[in-house]
Amino acid sequence: MLTRAGPLLFAGGFAFLLFVLLAELPFGDPVMAVGRVVLDEAAATVGAANIVTSVVLAYRGIDTMGELAILFAAATAAGLVLGHPGKADQAEEAGGFILRAGADLLFPLLIVVGMYIILHGHLTPGGGFQGGVVLATAFVLPVLARPGQVPSHGALAIVEGLAGAVFIATGAAALAYDHEFLTPLLSPGRLGALVSAGTLPILYLAVGLKVGAELAGLLIRFTEADAESPR
Amino acid sequence: MNELTTVLLYVGAIGLLAIGIAGVLLSRHLFRIVLALSIAESGGNLLLVLTGFRWNAVAPIIEGAAQGTMVDPVPQAMVLTSIVIGVGVQALALAMAVRLRQAYGTLDIREIRARMEQDISDAADVVPPRSQQEPAGGRPLPPPSTAGLLTSKGSQA
Amino acid sequence: MVWVIGLMMVLMLATAIAALVLDNLIGATVAAASVSLGVSVLFVLLRAPDVALTEAAVGAGLAAFLLALALKRLGLWRIEVQQKEEDGRAD
Repeated sequence: MLTRAGPLLFAGGFAFLLFVLLAELPFGDPVMAVGRVVLDEAAATVGAANIVTSVVLAYRGIDTMGELAILFAAATAAGLVLGHPGKADQAEEAGGFILRAGADLLFPLLIVVGMYIILHGHLTPGGGFQGGVVLATAFVLPVLARPGQVPSHGALAIVEGLAGAVFIATGAAALAYDHEFLTPLLSPGRLGALVSAGTLPILYLAVGLKVGAELAGLLIRFTEADAESPR
Repeated sequence: MNELTTVLLYVGAIGLLAIGIAGVLLSRHLFRIVLALSIAESGGNLLLVLTGFRWNAVAPIIEGAAQGTMVDPVPQAMVLTSIVIGVGVQALALAMAVRLRQAYGTLDIREIRARMEQDISDAADVVPPRSQQEPAGGRPLPPPSTAGLLTSKGSQA
Repeated sequence: MVWVIGLMMVLMLATAIAALVLDNLIGATVAAASVSLGVSVLFVLLRAPDVALTEAAVGAGLAAFLLALALKRLGLWRIEVQQKEEDGRAD
């Protein structure tokens, strides 16, 4: 009992400390030193109707590149840790009729929804990461229904690498015009149009494809791994 | 009403964080540790978004005519990054759990720790320490001999 | 709005504690997905639709999927509870 009291006391004390500290902050009326500048200038300078997108890609593009790097490292490390799939002796039984029919029906729907979310990331809530997650689910669902037919890991790796290269190349192209890395090029365009906000749709498309291919590869590796039989 | 909303939101976010941390420290099954970590991350993200909230403001998306004041978009951008990183960390943790199960056959962290200590000690050819306070590798000096201190039956050298 | 926030908060905290206390690991996974659901609804009420979409897609969708796949691969996908193998909190 005493060994449990320590962590509980720590968690309780931590919560109390956070509560006392956060009571000092003005809730509901933040200072917003950076946010105010962003809200005033984002519509005219960047041209994206979704201001959070302009912060993620235009004002803090380096953070997004770091996030892509972290996701790549985590997915690659997880694939390395899981290792090669063992000898698939036990034949995986295929999913029932409902699963197969449902996967066939949902596959084009999920791809359309995923691409819609990615391409409209600068107009409505959404963007590369959300659409990438939907795309990854679209590619894993047929593997659940028919465990034998797996999309080749090589193709997924090529898509992921090319998408990442497009992201970095678009950012580096800004250097050629004497701007900083990842400054949005091309004119901001008309606010609210599909083709607007400069290179932001291209960046989000690259992010979406990269995240989708990465997570699909990771999930397919998970379906192949087998922990029951010792190595 | 505003006070009540403020207190409720803070209690929810900090409560999630505390429950997640307590779960990580107290759980014995590796899978439950991963679950508690994901709960703590959700609590932390909620706390971040709370710092940007403004009363009677709208979401930071421009539609048609200009609206009133908007909430702070910068913490929301940071939380987007944080959520995706959280799922990456969970994926790696689960991959390691699968590998541990393959190697040791169990997911109880005490058993895994005991076997790891045994494996390391076997690989280094030392005796595994029986407790935390005992120095590794045994005692540096031989224990003091008690010959001559106790009267025993036979004669001892 | 206060009642919706209060309801979501109760849901979040109750399912968070349930995720750590339940013996059945499938139930614990579903409880963790419910925590993400509650947090996602709170994000909508806090005027953050982008974050709400991400949390719903990633937390309640992808993370739950990942956890269920891992459960299946770990051989812990069982409905009934076995006392010896699955340990809950250190009791």
